Formats: sequence, C-alpha cells, structure tokens
Amino acid sequence: MTFSADIALAGPELVLAIAALVLLVFGAFAPRATTAMTIGSIGALALAAYFAAFGTQGRGFAGGLVADDASAFSQVAIFIASAIAIPLGQKWFAQRNIRNFEFPVLILLAALGMAMMVSAGDLISLYIGVELQSLALYVLAAMHRDDAKASEAGLKYFVLGALSSGLLLYGASLIYGFAGSTKFDEIAVAVQAGAGTGVLFGLVFLICGLAFKVSAAPFHMWTPDVYEGAPTPVVAFFAGAPKLAAMVLFARALSEGFSGASAQWGQVLVIIALLSIGVGAFAGLAQSNLKRLWAYSSIANVGYAVLGLASGSAEGVQAMFVFMVLYMVDVTGFFACLSALSRAGKPMETIEDMAGLMKERPGIALAMTAFSLSALGLPPFSGFWAKFYVFKAAINSGLGVAAVIGLVGSVVAAFYYLRLIKVMWFDGGVGGTDKPPVEAKTIAIAAALFSFPLVLGALVFIDPLAKAAAAAFGLV
Amino acid sequence: MTGLLSLTTFAPLLGVAAILVLRFFAKTDDEKTVSAGKWIAFVTTLATLALSIVLVAEFDPANPGFQFVEDANWFAGIHYRMGVDGISILFVLLTAFLMPICIAASWKSIETRVLEYMIAFLVLETLVIGVFCALDLVLFYAFFEFGLVPMFLIIGIWGGKRRVYAAYKFFLYTLLGSVLMLAAILGMIGIAGTSSIPELMVYKFDPALQTWLWLAFFASFAVKMPMWPVHTWLPDAHVEAPTAGSVILAGILLKMGGYGLLRFSLPMFPQASEFFTPLVFAMSVIAIIYTSLVAFRQTDIKKLIAYSSVAHMGFVTMGIFSGNDAGVQGAIFQMLSHGVIASALFLCVGVVYDRMHTREIAFYGGLVNRMPWYAAVFMLFTMGNVGLPGTSGFVGEILTMTGAYGVSTWTAIFAATGVILSAVYALSLYRRVIFGELTNPALAEIGDLDWREVAIFAPLIASTLYLGIYPAAVFDLTQASVDNLVALYSAAIGA
Repeated sequence: MTFSADIALAGPELVLAIAALVLLVFGAFAPRATTAMTIGSIGALALAAYFAAFGTQGRGFAGGLVADDASAFSQVAIFIASAIAIPLGQKWFAQRNIRNFEFPVLILLAALGMAMMVSAGDLISLYIGVELQSLALYVLAAMHRDDAKASEAGLKYFVLGALSSGLLLYGASLIYGFAGSTKFDEIAVAVQAGAGTGVLFGLVFLICGLAFKVSAAPFHMWTPDVYEGAPTPVVAFFAGAPKLAAMVLFARALSEGFSGASAQWGQVLVIIALLSIGVGAFAGLAQSNLKRLWAYSSIANVGYAVLGLASGSAEGVQAMFVFMVLYMVDVTGFFACLSALSRAGKPMETIEDMAGLMKERPGIALAMTAFSLSALGLPPFSGFWAKFYVFKAAINSGLGVAAVIGLVGSVVAAFYYLRLIKVMWFDGGVGGTDKPPVEAKTIAIAAALFSFPLVLGALVFIDPLAKAAAAAFGLV
Repeated sequence: MTGLLSLTTFAPLLGVAAILVLRFFAKTDDEKTVSAGKWIAFVTTLATLALSIVLVAEFDPANPGFQFVEDANWFAGIHYRMGVDGISILFVLLTAFLMPICIAASWKSIETRVLEYMIAFLVLETLVIGVFCALDLVLFYAFFEFGLVPMFLIIGIWGGKRRVYAAYKFFLYTLLGSVLMLAAILGMIGIAGTSSIPELMVYKFDPALQTWLWLAFFASFAVKMPMWPVHTWLPDAHVEAPTAGSVILAGILLKMGGYGLLRFSLPMFPQASEFFTPLVFAMSVIAIIYTSLVAFRQTDIKKLIAYSSVAHMGFVTMGIFSGNDAGVQGAIFQMLSHGVIASALFLCVGVVYDRMHTREIAFYGGLVNRMPWYAAVFMLFTMGNVGLPGTSGFVGEILTMTGAYGVSTWTAIFAATGVILSAVYALSLYRRVIFGELTNPALAEIGDLDWREVAIFAPLIASTLYLGIYPAAVFDLTQASVDNLVALYSAAIGA
C-alpha cells in the first residue's frame, strides 16, 4: 500500500491531530477566546466524524491502523460524545473562573487517542492510543487545580493508570516474544498454531491492563475516588467515550488476535463480568455521594458489556457495541445533570441534596429519574435494550447461568437507583437551588429524551450499524 | 379495523399530553388548573372506555384467534405486534371500566400534586391495556415491567405512613420475579427464533427445557397474582396505597398474573404445566384456606380485604391449572368478577376513610344508623365477596371448583372450605363495622354517601348483579378462545 493510501485511511486521526495543535497555538495567543476555541474544536470533531463515516476503509501503515465498520461506528460515537463534553466543561470552568484554554485541546487529544484505540491493528498502535488517551484524561481530571480533591483524583488516576499501562506493556512484550509479531493477524496465526502458555500469560496481562482502563472489577479501585474528585463535566466525558474506546479495543484485540484462545479468555471475561456486576451492585448500596454511586454503577455496567464480549460471538460483540453506545448517552446525561445542580454555589453531590428536587427542578429531576430507571434496566428505557442485547447474546452462547446472576445483580442495584428516585419524588426539599446553566440542562434533557422515547426509533438504525461493526471482527 | 387497538392503548397518553400542555401554560398549580386537569383525566378515561366498548362490539366471538392484529417490524427481530382474543379482550374492557371510577374516587381525597397523580394513572392505564394487547414477548415485557414505575410513585407519593417501605417492597419483589421471566424470554427467543406470541403458542419446546421456562414465568406471575407464599408484599402495598391505587392494584394489576399464566404457561409449556399442576393446586389451596384465616384476624379493614384477594386469586390459579373448559372459563370469570367486587370493597373502605381517616375495624361499628345507603352497598359487595348466588362472585367460584373437581377431588373439597371461611371473615367484618350500636362519639356526625359516591358505585353494582345473573355475557366472548386453548393443551399433554 502506498503512503498516500495509508494517509487516506487515517483521515479522522489527522484532522484531530492538526486541529489540536492549531488550537493550542491559537489558545496560547488568544487565551480568552473561549467561544472560538469551542467552535473550532467542535468543528474539528465534526470533520473527523465525517471522515470516519464516509472515508475509505482498509488496513494501512503495515497493518497498524484499521479503518473498518467497527472503527467507523465507534469513532463517530466517540466524536459526538467529545463534542458534547466541550460546551459542558467550558461553561463549568467559566463559572468557577478557571480559564484554561487547554480544555478543548485536551479533549481533542483524548479523542485522537480513542480514535487510534478503536482502529489499532497491532500492539504498538494499541499502546500509543491508550497512552495518548490516558495522559489527556489524567490532566483533565486534575484540571481544577486549586481543588485538593481534584488534584488527588488526577494523581491517583495517573499513578494507578501508569501501573496498568505497565501491565499492558508487559503483556504486549510477552506476546511479542512468544508469538513473534505485534500484529493481531500474525498473532492469531501463531495462536492457532499453538503458541503455548507464554502467549496466554501475556494475554492475561493484556486483559488486566484493559480491564483497568474500562474499570472492571477487580481493577476498579480507582474509579470511585477519581469520579468523586474530578470536575463533574470531565467525569461526564471520561465515564462514557473512553470506556467505549477501551471496550472496542478489547473486542478487537481478543477477536482478531486471539480468536484461537477464545475458550481461555472467555472464562476470564465471565469472571471479570460477574465480579464487576457484583461489586457494582453491592458496594453501590453503601454510597451516599452520587458521583461515587454512579462510579459503582458504571463498574456494574461495564460488567454487562464485558459479559457480552465473553459470549465470544458476533452477536455478543454487537451487544457490546449497542450497550456501550446507549450507556454512554445515559452516563453523559446523568453527569450533565449533576454538573447543572448547585445550591448557593455549592455543588449538590449527595443523595440527600436531591430531596424534593421534583418540585424544585422538575426538568432535571425527570431527566435523572429517566437515567436511574434506565440504569436499573427497566423497559422501555435505553438501559433495558442495552441489557436485552447483552443477555440475549449471553444466553445464546450458553452463558445462561451467568446471565441469571447478572439479572439478579440488577435487582440488587435497583435498590440504590430507587433510593435516588424516592428522595427526589417522595421527600420534601429545602429549596434554594441555583438556576442550572443552559448548556448542561439542554444536554441532560436531550440525553433523557434519547433514553426514552427516542431510543425506540434510534435502535432501528443502531441495530444494523452495530451488527456491521461486529461483523468486522470476523467472529461468527 | 386496524389501528383501533393501538388507539385504545395509547389514548390515555393523549390525556397526559393535554395535562402537560395545560400545566406548561398555566405555570402554577392553582385550583382552576387542578380542576381542569382532573376533568381532562376523567374525559380521557371515559373516551378510552368508549373505544374499548367499540372494540368489544366489533369483536367476532366465533373467531378463536387474535383480532384487530397490527404488526410492524421493529428492530433485532422484535415486532410491534398487537391483538386481542377472547381471553384478553375483557381485561381491556375491565381496565377501561375501572379507570374513570378511580379518577372519580380520587376527586376529593387527593389534594397534593394532583396533576402528577392524574398523569400516573393515565400512564398506568396505557401500560396495563398494552400488557393485555401485546403479541410480542418483548413488547409484553416492556408494558408489564414499566407498570411498576407509576404504581411505585402512586404508593410512594400519595400513600399512608409506611408508604416508602411498601413502595420498595412492591417494586423489588415484583422486579425479582420479572427478571427471571426476562431470562426465560431471552432463552425462548434464542431457541424458537421468534418473539411472536402466536407463533410461540404453537412452538413445541423440549419438555426438559419447559420445566425451567415454566418456573421462570411462574416466578413472575406468582408474585404478581400473588400466590402464597410470595403474597406478603400485597397487604403492605394495599394498606399504604391511596384508595384508587388499591382499586387498580386489586382490580387490574393482579389480573396480569392470571392472564400471564393463561397466555404463556398453559399454551407454551403444556408438559411442564401438567407436571407442576399438583404444586399449583397445593399452593392455591393453602392460599385459599390460610389467607382466609389470616384475613379473619386482621384489625385493619384494607388489610382484611387484601388477604381476601389472595384467597380469591387462589381460585383463579386452581381453575387455570385444571386445564379444562370449566376451570379456565371460571378462572377468567373469577378474575373479572374479583376485579369489580374487590375494587368496590376498596372503594367502600375509601368512603369511611375519607371521612374518619382511619381503617381500624374497632373504630367503627353501628354505621347502619347513620349511613343506611352505605350499609346497603357494602352489604351487596360483601355478599359478592362471599360468593352468594346472584352475584358475580358465585359463578367464578363454582366453575373453578367444578373444573378442579374433574382433575383432583381433594383440591376441590379443600377449596370449598374456603367458601365457608370467606363467609366467616367477610360477614364478621360487616357485622363489626355496620351493625350494633353507634358507640364511638366520633362517628355521631358521619354522613351517608353523597351523589358522587353513588355515581361511582352504581356501575359497579350493576355489573356485579348483571354478571351474577347473566354470566353468559362473558362466556359468549371467551368461549371460542378458551375452547381452542383447552383443546391445544389437552392434545399436548395427551389427555
């Protein structure tokens, strides 16, 4: 393949990289031009999404970069989520008089990292993508630098993230050592030929590293602390898109590189999935801070997505795609609600703070109710359809018992989602909430409307797209 | 007429939209807005009732299959598929019939957040009608499951003192049952490759697998019915719910369990149904006898009626699993009749509760001296509850027992004792509340039924007597579908 053909495949990545650098220089000279930065970065994301959706497909850079239906689907979703995060965060930081023009640039760099992750065709681009994305997120978590908690969150995220990157790298080098290649397709050949324990050993490290990135148990410890400390709109961003990217990377690495060892990684994934669902459901019961609560909820939800993957079938991967996209909307919407709420300038973050919210802020309270019911998995909200796909795939590939355990886990988790609804709807409030900023409110309500009823129409389109995306991985 | 069914199902949502528009423009919850909201809700439920009457009138009783079928492809193999047959159509009518009564019964007793209350009821109506009309498993599950939310809010916001506890118990109990059913639904879709209920009704599942699927469905419907020993959520939910909430719960929501057993368990898993019949019979008999005894010991009127509901639902499960014509017809009739009578009894409790704000039996006594009309109405429904010939309660009980007699004599004999026990608790309740001297000074000024309450009770009285005297009105509609169901079931189990 010629160099120019390679370049054509990397359209979205190139757009983002160039835009990030241009905006960085622009921001250095005009640090107060927030609106221009917002428009510029969203425009870059839109252009990148256009290239992702309509650009040429194929493999380039000696197999290091893959542009197919899977990468296109996930890149478009990631770019939309990133574009939503920018106005949300800009407003939040502006309200607190933190004028960091780097914010949109960092989002663009994180989006670039994620775009590389979902189109990684070998272990090296996998690692570069993961690191680019992570480094941008570490900084974003600590962006509110005068806040001790945010700094703590950033530092914690960084230290534990570095550890997981170490695991990832160690696993990658073991795989390279035993399989003789970093490319997924060549690894697959080596695994088929019986590459032995060494590769599997490396695979386990690779899975651990990726499980950390998606915050699946038992590698979830960082999640509640980081969610609690980081600025809320930043959480809205990194609770959604990066997890989608990491899950897609997970699916691609396993199904393109290790399809011969699916019996082995299937077992590991089932255990990770059930642990995550259990930890998310039971530990969530003890939380009073909503950001921590939703961190545990996200651990449980990632468990469901991993369960889809553990099915090891095209149906399971499709389920994972649908699940992550629908979940991303919910979680972004929920944190947009939280970022919109404050009482006398103080953020409202505990469950008790929400008392009587239905009377005071019915729009936001209704949106939060929708997200809670959706996370609970109640039909007809999007969370139900997400779980519907996952459990259907799991049951069809013989994971019936795991599916039932997962379903029971969702009943346990129902308890804390109901508690939030109860507090908002049944209890009397103290009043005095501030007027929510229009950006956050709009995003929250739009996401809630997507959660129900728009999802009922949207799935007609998402279903075949996710199917095509899953087919790209070559599983049956 | 295609589209009529969807229109009936979603008509209440038009009322919701109207109330939301009203609230949006009125800006405040002043008296005029609230009153307009009530009228919108009332008119909407009446319109839905009119639509469902048209539905029944257009229904062809000779056709055992599904009618008014609508079918549109959705996604992932799921269809938007609606239709009614002889088994479901009367439940649609029952729902539409009880809803205006609920709205009228809440006219004065609900004083806070009235518009939200009306919206909750209208949403609930759509969901319940949807449950009875859905012909796609996933669609059915969506309607069935989402019904928990409005009921959770109705109990939790407008309920009594322990409303939060009762709301949680209701929600979590039912949810746990339902998720097991969801697992079974997903398994069935995987195996049969379709989620269409009519296709699944003739699909032959492997008998070993049927056992598991049956148990999963049963977990959900037994909780919903509710059957002993998973009935304990019901008394709490009833006691804490506002009057109209109790009416909906007893009148319609419980019927979704019985409907589910008829629609899914019997036709889709016939071998498993036959295998588990002794278990169901045992649970039904225990429910009939045990909960009747428990009802006798209650000091709270609502709790007493709640336990009596569990006992009456025991007759329904017994009739369904008799698997013969008399049993199934009787079960459907019993559900409809109980839907009317239990609703009326809860409304009777509501009448005195609205005046005195207590439901303690000991508080009352001698009401006949001050409230003769009330005493007469309460008398009629007490008799209906006991199953006196001439009321609709009689027909259901005698038919279910006849049905069960053909399968298991002992079951029928034990169940018959329940009829006596129901007379014991119902009559003693009536005596303690209505008869005797008016000793409590607080009751000295209690007033009789006003015209609104009379208007609420009139249709209930009429239907109790009409169904008791002319039960063929029901059987004419259900006959063809029930015959078909029973024939398929008998053929499948080789009887």
